Amino acid sequence: MSSNEPNIEVAKKLGILEEEYHKIVEHLEGREPNFTELSIYAVMWSEHCSYKNSIKYLKTLPRTGPHLLAEAGEENAGLVDIGDGLACAFKIESHNHPSAIEPYQGAATGVGGINRDIFTMGARPVAQLNSLRFGDPSLEKTKWLLKGVVKGIGDYGNSFGVPVLGGEVFFDKSYNTNPLVNAMSVGIVDKGKTISAIAFGEGNPVFIVGSSTGKDGIHGATFASGDLSETSMDDLPAVQVGDPFQEKLLLEASLELAGKDYIIGMQDMGAAGITCSTSEMSEKGGVGMDINLDLVPTRQEGMLPFEILLSESQERMLVVVKKGFENQVTEIFDKWDLNCVQIGVVTKGNTLRYFAKDELVAELPADTLVLGGGAPVYDREYREPAYHQKAKSFTIDSIKEPEDLKAVTEFMVAQPNIASKKWIIKQYDSMVGTINMSTNNPSDAGIVNIKDSNKAIAVTVDCNARYVHTDPQVGCSIAVAEAARNIVCSGGEPSAVTNCCNFGNPYNPEAYWQFVMAIKGMGEACEKFNTPVTGGNVSFYNQTVTKDGDVPVLPTPTIGMIGLVNDKSNITPLGFENEGDHIILLGESKNDINSSEYLRSFHQVELSPAPYFNMDEEYHMQDTLQKLIKAGLINSAHDCADGGLMITLLESSYVNNIGFSIQTKNGIRRDAFLFGEAQGRVVLSVSKNNFDSFKQYCNNNNQIFELIGSVIGSVAIVDGNSIGSIKGLKETYNNSLEKIILN
Amino acid sequence: MKFGVITFPGSNCDQDMIYVLESIMGFEVVKLWHKDHDLQGAEFVVLPGGFSYGDYLRSGAIARFSPIMNEVVNHAKKGGYVMGICNGFQILCEAQLLPGTLQHNNSQLFVCDNVYLKTATSNSLVTNALQKDQVIKVPVAHAEGRYFNHAEGIKALEDADQVLFRYCDANGLVNDFTNLNGSINNIAGITNTNRNVFGMMPHPERAADTNLGNIDGKKIFESILNQVSV
Repeated sequence: MSSNEPNIEVAKKLGILEEEYHKIVEHLEGREPNFTELSIYAVMWSEHCSYKNSIKYLKTLPRTGPHLLAEAGEENAGLVDIGDGLACAFKIESHNHPSAIEPYQGAATGVGGINRDIFTMGARPVAQLNSLRFGDPSLEKTKWLLKGVVKGIGDYGNSFGVPVLGGEVFFDKSYNTNPLVNAMSVGIVDKGKTISAIAFGEGNPVFIVGSSTGKDGIHGATFASGDLSETSMDDLPAVQVGDPFQEKLLLEASLELAGKDYIIGMQDMGAAGITCSTSEMSEKGGVGMDINLDLVPTRQEGMLPFEILLSESQERMLVVVKKGFENQVTEIFDKWDLNCVQIGVVTKGNTLRYFAKDELVAELPADTLVLGGGAPVYDREYREPAYHQKAKSFTIDSIKEPEDLKAVTEFMVAQPNIASKKWIIKQYDSMVGTINMSTNNPSDAGIVNIKDSNKAIAVTVDCNARYVHTDPQVGCSIAVAEAARNIVCSGGEPSAVTNCCNFGNPYNPEAYWQFVMAIKGMGEACEKFNTPVTGGNVSFYNQTVTKDGDVPVLPTPTIGMIGLVNDKSNITPLGFENEGDHIILLGESKNDINSSEYLRSFHQVELSPAPYFNMDEEYHMQDTLQKLIKAGLINSAHDCADGGLMITLLESSYVNNIGFSIQTKNGIRRDAFLFGEAQGRVVLSVSKNNFDSFKQYCNNNNQIFELIGSVIGSVAIVDGNSIGSIKGLKETYNNSLEKIILN
Repeated sequence: MKFGVITFPGSNCDQDMIYVLESIMGFEVVKLWHKDHDLQGAEFVVLPGGFSYGDYLRSGAIARFSPIMNEVVNHAKKGGYVMGICNGFQILCEAQLLPGTLQHNNSQLFVCDNVYLKTATSNSLVTNALQKDQVIKVPVAHAEGRYFNHAEGIKALEDADQVLFRYCDANGLVNDFTNLNGSINNIAGITNTNRNVFGMMPHPERAADTNLGNIDGKKIFESILNQVSV
């Protein structure tokens, strides 16, 4: 076997720790690895592929539920039974590091990767969501990143042909040089037609299909598992390049394949390319593979074995074909003008052997490479940061209540975190596939029409990272609760979760504490809301370079949730529909402005506790709301979130340009009433005729609510005073972000 | 009437179109593959939206060389009906079955939105169920939708009543502010001189299902149905 004398120093350069190097030698039964083998371990044991610093805690999350067809880690994405013989595959993934240095390609390939995870299972992607975080929007760097990311997501997804049904965009200076780009895809598949990511059956041929392999993205997984720094631009070749046209062809060919019985399994090639797909599929089936790298179609001459193995060229799949069906499989890929080449065979045992020019270039036991097998698992040191206790010393009394609520409202509506994201959303095709039920009837979650059925799927992504930062445990529970609230407001029942955990350096004890506590909060909430975690992604090492050193991003455990709408007549809009309807706050007003956008932006207070949150009350409120909707008593429902009650009311007004008149509540500060972000509250509109039934229902169920006003006119009125015309406020809401970005 | 919907590599609205024609309108539909050499008896051929060949050279520029386009051109020349939506419209212009060209939006950005269209003529197979000047709401989704033609070309289109739709606002106002992408004369859709080939950038198939809360686009398919039933 060829060897170019690697040693511990080389290993370190590849990101392998000394202790890990010794472990590799142990796995190879005392033999020192050659450079190719070392490179393979480097990517497979990178944070990105191995979850070595997170898996211990991820395993504590609830992972079972009555509707789950695949548990976390079993397949490329979570799979939920939605009835009528259909299943829903869904997953969220980050592409933060590539997007930080090449926003267009970084974001584009993020969209490509997450969709491949869905259609490699045989599911057709039907909806896309994304959760984006950027720095201060007035900075030129932020504008460049934002424009690039948005164009990347748009160009890839629009061409590939999957509509964007939801998402969030949040600005905070902690993301100045390290934006977060989390993409979620949701697909639908006939229950019997799913494809597994497994290899078995000695002698079965192994094929590579799709694009040719180039030198892009080599060591990308390793790159994503280190700190972003000022020299990260030098890592540009570690970023992959996307081709949505190839992906579209690969989708159609893969789904044709899913309808047949020609294959054993299939897995997409994401991080660590051929290495990752061959080892994971082999490990899962308890087999090995012999792979001839000379047979891999390449984009350029003279690629070295390790380059072919580690290339993260996009739009490729590994397919294990049932022996005897090679021609049938090739025919399908020929039809779509795609490469389809046999590169190896499944072997007995668990050894992966890679050959080039008739030489064995690497030989390793498959199970030593992967998560759950021989990959290392760590429990890092963690420590509560001082700010956590400091935040608790904040009291509302330290903030003087402003007199001019009209001015505060105008200020709030124009804030980048509150203003409409229309300028961004319009660049995404949100209607291809003709399944988006929310275009003309917006609701809190995106609603996916299941054609020729009375069912629909509700989808959402949520995370208020400011809450998570100040109190990771409570903040992350809130993220789950808010996602569930959005689904319930739309008329759905929360079903399952996929998570994307974006944190700082795990070797920083304070950043690791944020991670550990957030997972704890996530687990508790997922348990409470009966929404098991089906999988997702962890992205550590997210931090922004400042002149005072590196600052971790706000801890951002993005929650992607799907819910089931069993009867389309339950779908509930967020907009006010009829003048004269009562406006009701389901839940209770609190004298609370903690961690609100109002406190942060208007009063410039950076640190305060998480807003009021009581998980049992929240669950009870959501449960009641589901029943009220099913009873047909609710005309609109919109959850109180960023910006508080006032912003919620305005958003309900914008849809059909109808105003409102409300009264504030004695004993609650007016700024807290209007702009506080206490959780567990939803704004409803209810017909006057239905109010008695509504009231009775809530009383019988011990559900607190407040009748705060009515839907009326074309102006926003608080305690008899005009706050402004809906038309005027809507204009500010619609144009503010665009003005900042294009300035 | 038997419809044929062509799938080019990169088409992504073909299934949406088939769903509307077949399941909502009840027409007979055959699926045509770009490598086919025969229209399988289709009397009305639809080129759907999408990104044929990735739109890499210029939208529609490569698709016009697909084998099936020979059949489409022959079919059109014999007076057969052909309609292109979005990318299909771009392909028909590239194939010179429709005059003019579609350039990058003047915003230089892809735009997906509900837009209002003012019916410029009801004298066509695809607009006869609409009144002249009737305003309908139909979604668009394109980066290259700015209709361009030289001055004589535009005059010829206008003189011969070949403009089908113009971008406008909810009240039917047609001006620069309501011009979505910078198209000359706010043109959103046209027909040829023989009035058997149609092209439009907006997607009527995205506004034809009651589940989606807007069925304005259905008028276009009803227009075809009217003509067939006569």
